Amino acid sequence: MLAYFLRRLSQSGLVLVAMSLIVFLGVYAIGNPIDLLVNPQADEVERARATAALGLDKPLYVQYLTFLGGAVTGDLGRSFVFGTPALELILSKMPATLELALFAMVLAVFAGIPLGLIAGLKPDSIIGRGIMAFSIVGFSLPTFWVGLILIMFFAVQLGWLPSNGRGDTTLLFGVPVSFLTVDGLSHLLLPGVNLALFKLSLLIRLTRAQVREAVLQDYVKFARAKGLSPSRVIGVHVLKNIMIPIVTVIGLEFGSVIAFAIVTESIFAWPGTGKLLIDSINQLDRPVIVAYLMVIVTLFIAINFIVDMVYSLLDPRVRLGQAAAAGH
Amino acid sequence: MASEQTPLRRFWSEFAESRLALLGLAVLVVVMVIAVAAPLLAPQNPYDLSQLDIMDGKLAPGEQSAAGKTHLLGTDDQGRDMLSGIFYGLRISLGVGVVSTVFALGIGLTLGMVAAYFGGWVDTLIMRIVDIQLSFPAILIALILLAMFGQGVDKVVIALVTVQWAYYARTVRASALVERQKEYVEAATVLALSKPRIVFRHMLPNCLPPLIVVATVQVAHAISLEATLSFLGLGMPVTEPSLGLLISNGFTYLMSGKYWISFYPGVALLVTIMAINLVADQLRDVLNPRLKK
Amino acid sequence: MSSASKMVLQVDNLKTHFFTTAGVVKAVDGVSFSVERGQVMGLVGESGSGKSMTGYSLMGLIDAPGRIVDGRIWLNGADVTRFDNKRWRALRGNRIAMIFQDPMMTLNPVLRIDTQMMEAITAHHVVSRQEALERCREALAQVGIASPDERLQAYPHQFSGGMRQRVAIAIALLNKPDVIIADEPTTALDVTIQGQILFEMQRLCRESGTALIWITHDLSVVAGLADKIAVMYAGKIVEAGDVADVLDRPMHPYTNGLLSSVPSSNIRGTPLRQIRGMTPSLLAIGSGCAFRDRCDDRAAACEAMPAFDVSAAHAARCHFPRLPP
Repeated sequence: MLAYFLRRLSQSGLVLVAMSLIVFLGVYAIGNPIDLLVNPQADEVERARATAALGLDKPLYVQYLTFLGGAVTGDLGRSFVFGTPALELILSKMPATLELALFAMVLAVFAGIPLGLIAGLKPDSIIGRGIMAFSIVGFSLPTFWVGLILIMFFAVQLGWLPSNGRGDTTLLFGVPVSFLTVDGLSHLLLPGVNLALFKLSLLIRLTRAQVREAVLQDYVKFARAKGLSPSRVIGVHVLKNIMIPIVTVIGLEFGSVIAFAIVTESIFAWPGTGKLLIDSINQLDRPVIVAYLMVIVTLFIAINFIVDMVYSLLDPRVRLGQAAAAGH
Repeated sequence: MASEQTPLRRFWSEFAESRLALLGLAVLVVVMVIAVAAPLLAPQNPYDLSQLDIMDGKLAPGEQSAAGKTHLLGTDDQGRDMLSGIFYGLRISLGVGVVSTVFALGIGLTLGMVAAYFGGWVDTLIMRIVDIQLSFPAILIALILLAMFGQGVDKVVIALVTVQWAYYARTVRASALVERQKEYVEAATVLALSKPRIVFRHMLPNCLPPLIVVATVQVAHAISLEATLSFLGLGMPVTEPSLGLLISNGFTYLMSGKYWISFYPGVALLVTIMAINLVADQLRDVLNPRLKK
Repeated sequence: MSSASKMVLQVDNLKTHFFTTAGVVKAVDGVSFSVERGQVMGLVGESGSGKSMTGYSLMGLIDAPGRIVDGRIWLNGADVTRFDNKRWRALRGNRIAMIFQDPMMTLNPVLRIDTQMMEAITAHHVVSRQEALERCREALAQVGIASPDERLQAYPHQFSGGMRQRVAIAIALLNKPDVIIADEPTTALDVTIQGQILFEMQRLCRESGTALIWITHDLSVVAGLADKIAVMYAGKIVEAGDVADVLDRPMHPYTNGLLSSVPSSNIRGTPLRQIRGMTPSLLAIGSGCAFRDRCDDRAAACEAMPAFDVSAAHAARCHFPRLPP
């Protein structure tokens, strides 16, 4: 187990370094780094000064090392627009994005798995077909359009929920969260549902496919032959088996939820990293873009690694290996 | 009984078993006709400035303009007929989606087959790149590319191609690996056929079925992705307004109740994507050898 | 019905049909037999003969698109044929148990052995966890598994195939059922293990008085094990009787063909004897004897289905059975 852990850890490290190289090359070698890192409104003198200060006249590998050094110590440049360190800016918006992403994931999981279970157990019933039809729709709708519709109905027509911004926040372990207040929750609901819809449909389809395969397996026949109740056969035997691939998918999809949040945050003006990214792109605030990229890449690699570890813990065949019990 | 049917007819009769898929196909055909013949079908050319009158702006669906023409789906803020705008928008959205899919397919297919046929470090290298690329969400990669390289139709297509090729490469490689073990490849090698010939004339046709399914789904993804990018202002330029851009234009009017400027392009987008997905779902079931009884 | 007290299982004209889009598959088409307490019956046939489906029918495990369309099953004198699911569940694993072919997949790979054993007990009886564990230990010891405590904590993949099958047998025995149906339990195991398992099962059944129905395609397996044999072909029993009678003096041409094609009963150097033709598809069985296309003794009379005398000690479903001289 330990060997596996260390191997995966070093692999992740390598990918991280490779990605940093790609980002670096993209910024420093392909584009004109001066445009990317120096305020476009700067005049010649400032540019020359910045060039020297940023070491852009040095050989490429020196620049890369400086970049890496900066990255490791948390210095990824300063925002043109705000003047604050880019990394700080990103990290300050992270809690909002994470809250939205987690809310959406929880929604998708707690609705998606039971619905997928029903659709898988009764595939030809009205309710089963209905759930599948719903999942196709949810899967096909572009996220931004769903957001529009949600705003149209719930905010404009019915006026029940606010259509933008984040609600009141309270501090939870020093991190500002908004779901603990009614106002915060009302602001969280629409963007959360918007973000959740696609993942929800995905989970329904995945769970359904897994269940349909699982009930054909011999261990289900055997469990029934023992006279076990259907709820035990499904709730214990089937569920435990399908949870392993499902949990893996959920873990991997979480990264994608954070990316999709870019769209949702833009529509609902949710003050998270996604909105920051779009604003920065529009305002040509490139250091922030670079910082965002580095943070996201690191996050993704970390998520992949964690999911790998969790999977190997969940499946007893991987955890305990093929060792033990010779026997006859 | 059905043993005398050609494979194509058999395929069609199996496909036609799903009424939903047939519906999807019918809708798709309509959409494609509209896209191709937009200039002929649209009541008005929304981009011909001489035909526009800003006084016709923001008419609700069904209202008449000052000149007496009825706008079935209303007009936008510039006085452009929504129906025409949607027709032209479909053309662009579909066009960009299909073109990028075709290019991505070409690149992905070639690389996938190369990886599968040569194996070794070539295979490992290509697949590592594919794996890393696929572990990041498409929208992120596309956004960054467009942020770095700016806007424009060509750049949008490049971004879409970059995001998509990896799916094809992975699918093709998986099929090609299975095919490689099969005897007809051995036979062809023994006959000293050239490698490219073996790969393209012999192995390729057998790798096609899963590829067709993936490609169909991917067209829908490409269209959806382009719409999202355009909506965020990073996709198509204003001169080539895809459905996404139309929706984006209308967003600001949503709050004041002039929903049709955003809503109807959205419906058009939705219908197109769903039709493609319905067709793709049935294709997947029909072409899947494991579901054959 | 007959001397009821000795018969633990009675089957009368059982018909299980599957209603598929391709047509009606008559998997079990009029099967009748009975098994006494402690008796071992071998149910022999090729794949597609309906033997496994007979087993499932006896457990009430036939799912859509199949169902029992005719016939009766009596378990311990009670007519269980039309039992609803709830009442079936009370019987399954309790009064009648089943062992399947591939133990790797019949044991759930992600659940521990003790979980899978105890649930078989607690599904039918209210016992404390301690007591359930105790019974599991006893059952494992019964099937010859040493250090049961260690084994109980383990997962299926940590066992060898033979051991897994022993666990499956132990589970079947937990509630001391009246009948055990074993569906090709040794087919997936090594030949040496096969012999061991056979021996163990025979001993266990004798000791506990449990009736055993051993479903197999391999005649040699049942030769040493069973008390009586029923041979199935195309959904019907074509011959039944005491094992010695059937194997030494087969009456039905199919049984005869099966026995002659066993390599050891052939002369070295000569071609192996075979039964010509192929098993018919269960979709397309017409009226008349299902074996007639492959039979050397075919005559005009074979266009009608031969009758089968259930009450005889040794009977065959044939118009021209080979009678002892």
